[in-house]
Amino acid sequence: MIQPAQLQDRSPLGELVSAIAVEARWIIADTAVMSWRNLLRYRRSPELLMFSTLSPVMFVLLFNYVFGGAIPTGDLNYIDYLMPGILVQTTIFSATTTGVGLAEDLQKGMVDRYRSLPMARSAVLGGRVVAETLVSLFVAFLMLGVGLIIGMRFHGGFWPGFSLPFMVAGFAFGFSWIAAFVGASVRNAEGAGSLMFFVVFPLTFLSSAFVPIESMPGWLQWFAYVNPVTNAVDFGRALSQGGPIVANAWPTALWTLGMTFVIGPVAVWRYRKV
Amino acid sequence: MDHAIEVRNISKSYGSVVALDNVDLDVQRGSVMGLLGPNGAGKTTLVRILTTLLRPSSGSATVLGYDVVRHARHLRSYIGLAGQSAAVDDLLTGRENIHMAGRLYHMPKRQVQKRAQELLEQFDLVDAADRSVKGYSGGMRRRLDLAASLVANPPMIFLDEPTTGLDPRSRLELWDVIRNLVSEGTTVLLTTQYLEEADQLADEITVIDLGKVIAQGTADELKHQAGSEFIEITVRDVEDIRRAASVLENFAENNECDIDEEARKTSIMVQDGASIMVQVVRSLDTEDIAVANMAVRQPTLDDVFLALTGRTAEEAATESEQEQN
Repeated sequence: MIQPAQLQDRSPLGELVSAIAVEARWIIADTAVMSWRNLLRYRRSPELLMFSTLSPVMFVLLFNYVFGGAIPTGDLNYIDYLMPGILVQTTIFSATTTGVGLAEDLQKGMVDRYRSLPMARSAVLGGRVVAETLVSLFVAFLMLGVGLIIGMRFHGGFWPGFSLPFMVAGFAFGFSWIAAFVGASVRNAEGAGSLMFFVVFPLTFLSSAFVPIESMPGWLQWFAYVNPVTNAVDFGRALSQGGPIVANAWPTALWTLGMTFVIGPVAVWRYRKV
Repeated sequence: MDHAIEVRNISKSYGSVVALDNVDLDVQRGSVMGLLGPNGAGKTTLVRILTTLLRPSSGSATVLGYDVVRHARHLRSYIGLAGQSAAVDDLLTGRENIHMAGRLYHMPKRQVQKRAQELLEQFDLVDAADRSVKGYSGGMRRRLDLAASLVANPPMIFLDEPTTGLDPRSRLELWDVIRNLVSEGTTVLLTTQYLEEADQLADEITVIDLGKVIAQGTADELKHQAGSEFIEITVRDVEDIRRAASVLENFAENNECDIDEEARKTSIMVQDGASIMVQVVRSLDTEDIAVANMAVRQPTLDDVFLALTGRTAEEAATESEQEQN
């Protein structure tokens, strides 16, 4: 019935090359299947969709109308200042869903099914990350739309401003791998959720997302300056409000690549070890 | 290569806890092997090793000729696993669950669609196919889980306690499904804590307890190992039960006699049930005891477990549960 002919020896190099080619093909195909599954879950679960779209919009409105008058932001209107910050914050928060969902799968035994299949193991994490990123992109556009309606303007041209949601989704993609790592390590949905909460809240508030860093006490400022969220928010402001784009782009690019290619493999390794 | 599974000296320990201790196992192609043991005996650990989810601490195992460690990737294409947790996605429909599994077995889209329809029909899930699994009953979930694990027509399938927690009717339904599977030539390794289930489904049974194989053979062979048959007498009038028991005692192999007053039943263990029964009836008649029912009973697998381990399957399960806590 089964011929173990595939196991015949080839030259080591040929073996390696073909293994990599096959591997890459299946990683992509399997990640697509898993992304489809996770997006379908969004569509089937109205609470989830509502929570991930309505609450960000609510936050845009609250922040703008509650804090807007009280926070001096130099030459910028508060809404112009706020939008890049709140976009980064929201997408990072939604990236934590990656970890929670993964932990849930591990808890429920879904993962045993996946692991007994000939699929690429990284696809279980990759599918979550990709789906979450697409949702983030959607939410970012929605929020930006609301922002534009209540008075935000692009001051650096249309295309840089239009690319803002892509940029924050890209950063959230990188961040998802951290969430995936937490999910694969904690293996308990509630646990992963609260742990992420304690990471993400300080990370997003101790940054330039909502208030100028100069207004913080000195001992906090150093953290806010090295915080990657600050980098991403500043990049976002450069895009939407005009500013040196290249100088602001590379720290965020480095963080995103670092999270993806350093934390990502570690997360996959954690997951394999389960 | 007439063995679908060959396990040699497999051990698995977690720290100082030994889950499997030098297990050997051969499973004939196209047969059903029942892995029988109480909770915590090591059945699931063995299944997890054979399905490449877990590496053994020592020893080796091949499934369909593939080494479970070295050829794990290849092996996964040829096996299916349906577990006790019913690994189906609540928010997806039944069809989507099967479809997803098929795609992850790397089957072409169109082929998966066809196969999904086939399986939905075979497992009586057509009506619920496009509803989300959230609303499925326990039995339906298990059937769907099984269907998903069969989507790629794997020649080898592992069923880890497929009927645990199901009501009797769903259990019978699932048994039918498994029997059909076997008639199509699939090799099945089935774990169960239900002695009756192994008796019903398995060609061969391996009894495992505390990580060790303690007996192996067909259901009949195992029953033979328990040795004896039982004679059971139900008296018509409960007042007679003591007298009946004292009559029976004389014939008992071990001079012991079980009495169940509520059921008006008394039983003894004997070597040659039929011929002793004749003498028992004669004696009861002499003593003028009215009999409501009498039977020579073959030992059940429960009796076998008791004979092999000195405890009932239930006691063993409680024990290992306590050990785990």
